[in-house]
Formats: sequence, C-alpha cells, structure tokens
Amino acid sequence: MERILEKLKTYKIWGVILILGFLVLYPWIFTDPHPRHIMIILLMYVVLGQAWNILGGYSGQISLGNHIFFALGAYTSTMLLLKVGMPPWIGVIPGAMLASIAAIFIGEICFDLRGHYFAIGTLGLAEITYIIFLNWNFVNRAFGFQIPILKNSTYYVQWANKEPYFYIILTMAVLVVAFVWKIDKSTLGVYLKAIKEDEERAKSLGIDSRRYKLLAFVISAVITSFTGTFYAQYILYIDPDSLLNLEFALPIIIIPMVGGMGTVLGPILGATLLIPLAEYARTTFGGGGRGVHILIYGLIIVLLALYEPKGLIEIVKRRFGKTFKLYGDGSSALFGENDKS
Amino acid sequence: MGGIYALVAVGLSLIFGLMNIVNFAHGDYLMLAMYATFWANYLLGWDPLVTLPFVLFIWFFAGAATYKVVIRRILDAPMVAQMFCTFGLGLFLRYGAYFFWSADVRKVNDNLLSGILDLGNIYITKAELVAFFGSFAATALLFLFIKKTKLGKAIQATSQNKEAAMEMGIRTDKVNAIGWGIGIMCVGLGGVLLATYYPVHVYSGWMFSLISYISVALGGFGSFWGVYLGGMMIGVIENVLGTVFIPTFKMVFVYTTFIFILIYRPKGLFGKF
Repeated sequence: MERILEKLKTYKIWGVILILGFLVLYPWIFTDPHPRHIMIILLMYVVLGQAWNILGGYSGQISLGNHIFFALGAYTSTMLLLKVGMPPWIGVIPGAMLASIAAIFIGEICFDLRGHYFAIGTLGLAEITYIIFLNWNFVNRAFGFQIPILKNSTYYVQWANKEPYFYIILTMAVLVVAFVWKIDKSTLGVYLKAIKEDEERAKSLGIDSRRYKLLAFVISAVITSFTGTFYAQYILYIDPDSLLNLEFALPIIIIPMVGGMGTVLGPILGATLLIPLAEYARTTFGGGGRGVHILIYGLIIVLLALYEPKGLIEIVKRRFGKTFKLYGDGSSALFGENDKS
Repeated sequence: MGGIYALVAVGLSLIFGLMNIVNFAHGDYLMLAMYATFWANYLLGWDPLVTLPFVLFIWFFAGAATYKVVIRRILDAPMVAQMFCTFGLGLFLRYGAYFFWSADVRKVNDNLLSGILDLGNIYITKAELVAFFGSFAATALLFLFIKKTKLGKAIQATSQNKEAAMEMGIRTDKVNAIGWGIGIMCVGLGGVLLATYYPVHVYSGWMFSLISYISVALGGFGSFWGVYLGGMMIGVIENVLGTVFIPTFKMVFVYTTFIFILIYRPKGLFGKF
C-alpha cells in the first residue's frame, strides 16, 4: 500500500512537472504572437479566476465587483507612471493598497447581505465606480490613459515581444495557484467552507465569519489588482469601458463557475476551456464585434447550472475519481470539500 | 418611467414569491418585447397597440416554456446555480439579440400614441401617459386576479407554502408555469408600452433587470403594492435627482438608494420576508 501511495504521488508530481515544463517551453513551441497572446490572457484569467475563487468559491459570497480592484490596480500604477514616473514594479504596491482599502470598504458595506443581495450589492458598487470613472476628470474620464511606448525597458515593464510578459504572468499564475492550494488546506480554507455551508452555524461555532470573509476579500482584491497592473502594462491602454464594464468582468466569475467553484483546479480548468473557445468564437464569427463569445458563455452557464451545477470538475472527478481517491487526503485538498461523498 | 419599472418589478416579484428564484433574465424579455414592437412596426407597419395582444399572448407562453424547459430543473438547486442559470439565460437572450440585430439604437416610428399633451404648464407625451396608466391598470388587474380568482388564490397558496399547497391538491408545477407566464407577460406589456417612446436597444434589458430587482428589494419581497411603490420610487429618484443634479449620475443615485435600503431596511420598505 505504501508503495502504491508513493507511486501515485510521483505520478501527480510528474503531471505537474509536465504541465509546467510545457508552459515554460510554450514561447519556443509557439512563436507566433497570437497563440502567445491567448496563453497570456488565459494565464491572466487563471489568476483572476483563482482570486475570485478565494472569496466566491470557498465562502460562497458571489462578488460581481471584482473588476473594481482590477481597474484600481491598473489605474493606480498607470497614473503613478505617467504623472510621477514611478516604475510599475513599485506602482503595484500602492495599487494593491488601494484595492485592499476598497475591499475593506465594500466588505464593510456588503458583508451583512446574503446570497443574491450580496451579488447585486457588489454589482451596484461596481456600476457606481464605472459611472464615476467615466465622468471624473482626474482619471481622464472616458478617454482613459495611454502608456507611451518605450520599446524594451525592464525598468518600466515594457517589452517589444511577448515573452517577458508571458513569464511574468506564468510566475504569477503558479504562485497564486500554489497560494490558493495552501489556503484550501489551511484553517482559513476550512472556515471559509464552513461559512459557505451554513454561515449562521459557523458563527455559532465561534467563527468570526465577517473577519474571515473580509480577509479572503482583501487577499482576492490584492491579487486582482496585481493582475490589473500587469494588464495595463501589457495592453498599454486603459479606459473605463474596457476595465470596468461588466462584460469585461464576466469571465472572472464564469471561469471558476464553469471549472468548479471552491476547488483549486476549477479556475484552471475553466480558463483552459473558455478562453481559447472565446477567442475562437471571436475570430470565427466575430465580424463587427457581435459578442458571440458572450452568447456562448450564456449558453454554457445555463447548461452547466442545469446539468452540472458544481462545475466541470465533477466530470473529471467521476471519470478519474478512483485514481485520486487511492491516496485519500491529498485529493480532497485538490478537489474541494465534497470529495469524500 | 416609474410605472413601467413598477409593472416589470411586480412581474419579477411574482416569480420570486412563487419559487424563490430571482430572474436575472427579466429585463431581457422586456428588451425582446421592445424589439418585437419595433419589427412589427417596421416590417408590417403595425401600430404598437395592435402588436400588444400578440406580444401578451406569445410572452405568456414564452414564460411558461422557460419554466418548463429551464427553471423547473433548478428549483431545488443551490442558490448560486439558480442565480447563474437565469443570469446566463439573460446573457444568451441579450447577445442573441445583439448577434442578429447588432447594437444599433432603434426607434419605433410615429404611431397612435405619438404627440404631446398640453396640460397648462406641463407637457407630457401621450405615450408616456398611456404607459403610466396602462401599467397601473395592468398591476391593478393582476392584483384583482391574484386576490379574487381561484387560480390567483392557488398562486398565493403556492408562494406561501409549497408543500401545504401540494397537499391541498394544487398542482404547484402548473401554478409555477402560470406564474412565470404572467410574470413574463407583465414584462411583455411593459416592453410594448416602453417601445412607444423609448429607444429600442440591446442593453436596455440588463438595466431593466437590475432596476426591477432594485425595485423589488426596495418595496420588499412579498408585498404586492410595496413592489409597485418601489418601482415608482426608483423612477422618481432616477428622474428627479438625475435632473436636479447631474443627469449622467442618475443611476448612481439609484444604486446608492438600493445599498442604503439594504443596509438599513433589509426587508425593504413594506417587506414581509
């Protein structure tokens, strides 16, 4: 038995090494800019989905306002860059600080709300932010900011080709996935799952639900704001319509939902399936920006809610569950709380 | 505006009361009704008032069909799945419309309801007046229907206690389907009336989903006239505050009101549960 256990553990490790190896070599395999771009966006959404997952997936608080933090990260670093000349490497820190302040503020307002009230409350705040940004001179209103192109400059986080961006976002994705995996196994993870199961009972057992939800929200916000800064430096152009629009923010929520909320693998699975699909739909039927990819998102969500409400991870679990179950506890950390049933 | 909000919100509240599901696709049915009015006017030359009975009829069955095909399966699903399901349905309808008709803003041509009434110093378009009284009349009719008829009483019973209603021999499944039908019919009526003076646009649906949700939250889930009043208040807040201060910020006022209500009166102004 010991031996089988050891063997399977090594299999799992080999699997992770294989995927990581593929990702590290990815820019050498695909030299065209387009597949590289898709991979960068995919990894970015892995990070965003994973960040959303910390609060939304584990504690069941469906936030429809995570893009506020994304925009805050992007705007803060960009404005500091343009007005003070601060390199984005440092600019991410005030961005993250602002995002965590915003998270505490939103949390204080909205964490008394339950279920769909919370979702619409956060959405309302996000829409307010959107309208304010559209009309606020300080953030250049609807025009947004353009970052001047400097060619290669590591100091200002700008490069002419996509490789450095790729490796930055890959590092972020690996770190965030590892971090969420740690949270999953930590006491915080257990508390959050307890809150999701039954908040009143968790409270009566002495879990300070508000505090842990707030902590999860702040962590989520900080990670999201980092990604915002990355996005601003990658696209070199930010405006309220592209950052604060619900349409832009949709994949952040849909990806963990499709993959499986409250699991480490969920957002990875979701992003891997949805981002290339969306990109394909956009390039194939996308003439005139007709939003076919969002149509497909809608269809996928309805079908999933009907047939597989816990996400695609359930299918993977059913198919390969036995293999993973052989070594008990490890898999539950990987798949979330319902694994043993 | 308030009248339409109120009517649409009453439809949403009916559905919510019956099966505890928030229909985030609500406004998208309204958007489709507006498009139906537009196309009937544009292609067939029908007046919106001619289109109205057809829309009511079709929308009733569309609502019931939505229940039969989609909603019935998620009645006992976790709240998150229900939310995502109707949300996804809304996305599907909205971007379906977007795909076929693009994002152009359209307007229904002149019709029976065009023209402006002069009431002393107040000028009001006929269409808005009709929309206001039409939606009021519809809400009143719906109220009478629910309070007085047998079917309406069955709806009430089901929303109060599903199991007990089932035991009394009410076919709750059928009642739910009818509830959806009526809820969506309210939306269809709202859409046709709105299309007579309001630009037809793909995104208007989402705004109405949110506003009707906010109206229901403001009026209080489970209170019929409370919801109606909630919708009216949203209309007033939006237009009065929006006009007095800054028009672009009118939705900010609506959302702010909503958040304040949620914090200080989570049951809404007249809510029972």
